[in-house]
Amino acid sequence: MTATLGARPAPGRGRARARHRLTVLGFMAPAIIGFVLFFGYPLIATVVFSFTKYDLINAPEFNGLDNYTYMFKDPLLIKAITNTLWFVVVLTIARTVFALGVASVIARLKSGVGLIRTLCYLPSLAPPVAATLVFFMVLRPNGGPVDNLLGVFGIDSPLWFSDPAWAKPGITAIMLWISGDLMIIILAAILDVPQEQYEAAELDGAGPIRRWWHVTLPTISPVLLFGIVNSVILALQLFTQAVVAGSAGSGAADATGSTKYLGFPDNSTLTFPVYLYTQGFRYFDMGYAAAMATVLFIISFAVTIVLVQRMRKNSTAEEGGPGA
Amino acid sequence: MTATLAKPPVDVTADPEQPPRKRDIGGFLNWVATHAIGLALGLMFATPVVFVFLTAVMSDDQAFTADLWPREWHWENFVEVFDKAPLFQYLINSLTYSLLATAGMLISSIPAAYALAKLQWRGRNLAFLLVIGAMMLPPQVVAVPLYDTWSSLGLTGTLWPLIVPYFLFDAFSIFLLRQFMLTIPQSYVDAARVDGCSEFQALVRIIVPMAKPGIAATALFCFLFTWNDYFGPLLYTGEVKDQWTLSLALATFKGMHIVQWNSSMAVTFLTMIPAVVLFVFAQKSFVKGITFTGVKG
Repeated sequence: MTATLGARPAPGRGRARARHRLTVLGFMAPAIIGFVLFFGYPLIATVVFSFTKYDLINAPEFNGLDNYTYMFKDPLLIKAITNTLWFVVVLTIARTVFALGVASVIARLKSGVGLIRTLCYLPSLAPPVAATLVFFMVLRPNGGPVDNLLGVFGIDSPLWFSDPAWAKPGITAIMLWISGDLMIIILAAILDVPQEQYEAAELDGAGPIRRWWHVTLPTISPVLLFGIVNSVILALQLFTQAVVAGSAGSGAADATGSTKYLGFPDNSTLTFPVYLYTQGFRYFDMGYAAAMATVLFIISFAVTIVLVQRMRKNSTAEEGGPGA
Repeated sequence: MTATLAKPPVDVTADPEQPPRKRDIGGFLNWVATHAIGLALGLMFATPVVFVFLTAVMSDDQAFTADLWPREWHWENFVEVFDKAPLFQYLINSLTYSLLATAGMLISSIPAAYALAKLQWRGRNLAFLLVIGAMMLPPQVVAVPLYDTWSSLGLTGTLWPLIVPYFLFDAFSIFLLRQFMLTIPQSYVDAARVDGCSEFQALVRIIVPMAKPGIAATALFCFLFTWNDYFGPLLYTGEVKDQWTLSLALATFKGMHIVQWNSSMAVTFLTMIPAVVLFVFAQKSFVKGITFTGVKG
């Protein structure tokens, strides 16, 4: 990123420099327009809308901090925040540990790597709606495959997407099944660990587990941090799986007019984005939805900064290299 | 694990004075254990889809039971679901969204990625940070004003609010393409400039041919992302059924349209096919692309 190769504008040549600027502008023009229209403007507008009462039909009406003060009195919002925090903690830990575990096993394989890597990765390409329905079928308590399996051990299957205590673990199971992208990223990092480091550790008498703990883990820690940040972002915006699991679980799957079923069972799948969507686009309380969006923006911005800091550190560490 | 344990049965290079038998047996058992776990993992990931498929070909009655294996194979289930819901319409909507968005993305993102990867200009680092920021932003954050705008243009209820942005700006694609282009040595671009190529010619003649695998990977991710998208179509076309995409329609299949497990699983299975086909044909691009998003950050 800091490399100054191919510095186009020759010093002292004003016209060449102006032309260079025009070229850059030409290449970037669509992106600049798109960014302003679809990110710059709506971000500012969201904050502005959050201080208004707006139903999409009548003009927005300034109402100060009403939307924000209402948040503290809204039991459903507190429920939604609790649910999303549950996912931020549980999903982040489970997804990172699971992906690391699977990648570590694949990295040790000597044959069949390609096939097993493909099998582990493919589910992450499936539409999230399909993945949710897959688990809805596999986990169904009345004779589904998992129910059959548990029956062998004499265990009663949980009710999963019909039980407030099990709906979130069920969604977490879906998210682990489709975590193949993170697995591939961690696997690539493990395979990139210089072989000499393992040989040195082996000479010191370290067994496979100690080599993994003292060599592999510290070397890939930047990628693990990426995995954690990536999982936090994923948990913060968890929407599709929650909506589909909720509506399928309630037995009234309907993409449109079934507001009362969002969050089924007992609001246990009502995540923050789902509640934002409900308020904004079912009840058309756009002002309140905008206030929630502002809160979501501040939180995800903070998380993004952690990631950018990490990348900065990396790019200074390998300065001059092709990667940034 | 080091390469010395790679070939389990006999270590050819072994010193005869220190018989490596014991270690070989240990290494062999280790090999068996690791591969057993690996195989179990692979099966664990594959079995849910196998069950979906087996349920999809069951008869209506059997699909309600706890049976895992179909008594008769009803292949026609995959055809009959097309009568139970307007799947063709949904398929055309999905293809319209995915293909147009991918085409638009290629037009808008390749030049932007080139400017971010290979041109020197003030504000480039800031621009790249904004791309990352946009990439990490939950789509729900900007949904209210965008819906408001598209609604005042009378375009809610269509897929255009989802397609048009790709012709201008797609953060993830710009990011991924830039990462790919950074791996192309600068000297190629410099050589083209010395030969009198304009920046546009350098992009079209040098960078694009060299970045083909990267462009392919980015296009695949874009296609699948839009194919899989649920929030976007729900937001803009939720009320207008004949504009639904497959992903959105699929969400309604368990319960509203179709009660039988076999039919809903047949549709579920069908929607997963494009991903598998694309992956089989472009496995290398996928793996390379996904690695780029993480390792090179």
